[in-house]
Amino acid sequence: MSVSATSTISTPIIANSAARILQAAMALCFGAIIVGFVGFSHIEIVHNAAHDTRHANAFPCH
Amino acid sequence: MSLFRSIVFTAALTGVIVGVSVSAVQFAGTSQLIAKAEVYEKAGEVEPQAITTSPMVDAHVHDAGHDHEEGAWEPADGFERMAFTVAANMLTAIGYALALCGLIAMRGKPVTWREGLLWGLAGFACVMIAPMLGLPPELPGTPSAPLGDRQLWWIGTALATAAGIGLISFKRKPWAALVAIALIAAPHLIGAPAAPQGMHALAPEALEHQFVAAAVMTSLLFWALLGSLSGTLFNRFERTT
Repeated sequence: MSVSATSTISTPIIANSAARILQAAMALCFGAIIVGFVGFSHIEIVHNAAHDTRHANAFPCH
Repeated sequence: MSLFRSIVFTAALTGVIVGVSVSAVQFAGTSQLIAKAEVYEKAGEVEPQAITTSPMVDAHVHDAGHDHEEGAWEPADGFERMAFTVAANMLTAIGYALALCGLIAMRGKPVTWREGLLWGLAGFACVMIAPMLGLPPELPGTPSAPLGDRQLWWIGTALATAAGIGLISFKRKPWAALVAIALIAAPHLIGAPAAPQGMHALAPEALEHQFVAAAVMTSLLFWALLGSLSGTLFNRFERTT
């Protein structure tokens, strides 16, 4: 009885916390992709457009 | 409001404010120094013979300049270049704010502006201070190792430093502190990719020093604003859930 009571209470909490971690991880990846695009792209046009930002942020630049 | 939406709203608003503020500071500081360095860089590219005598050093001087592909588009000097710099700064700030808020949300504890500021200063240490120990902010025309090698070292250093700071902050055990110190030190013991020997910067050393100081101060402002605004706004959006 007590086992089933625990499981009914804790399952939604675990699911909720897993969903929050997943959403936070998505935001983290999304942010890394944006920073990677602006600061680390090898595409010449992207490099030229973000040139001064790359130099000022100490992103490796050529 | 879902957590993801809270983070995205926080990052977008923070990114726009930080991007515009930092651009204003850059236009008075780093951008002016970059423009000065480009005068030396262009002079070095046009007249390498005037600077050097041996063919070996001549080749180095050419390498030291920007290796741009011929004919690739670049923003025209003046308003267009400034507009692209503002856009790039805003995107960088949005990207970093997304990552910072993602990490704060993973930690799972509500933050105030002050804790946000501490998260921001940790970010400053990870992506500015640690990488610049090996790869300082460079003016155009500064000799350097191949781009791919430097990017790999930069990313590895930022991640190792972040992991180290995370361990020190959240695991209050002596072993964690030891691992953290090893992690933070490792990239510097391995060493950043060095520029080939014999190359020299085209801009004067004094300009280079000024640029490093200006870039570090601007980055400190960037991260202080980014952290405290992220903390404040994220807290506010999460409370309206």
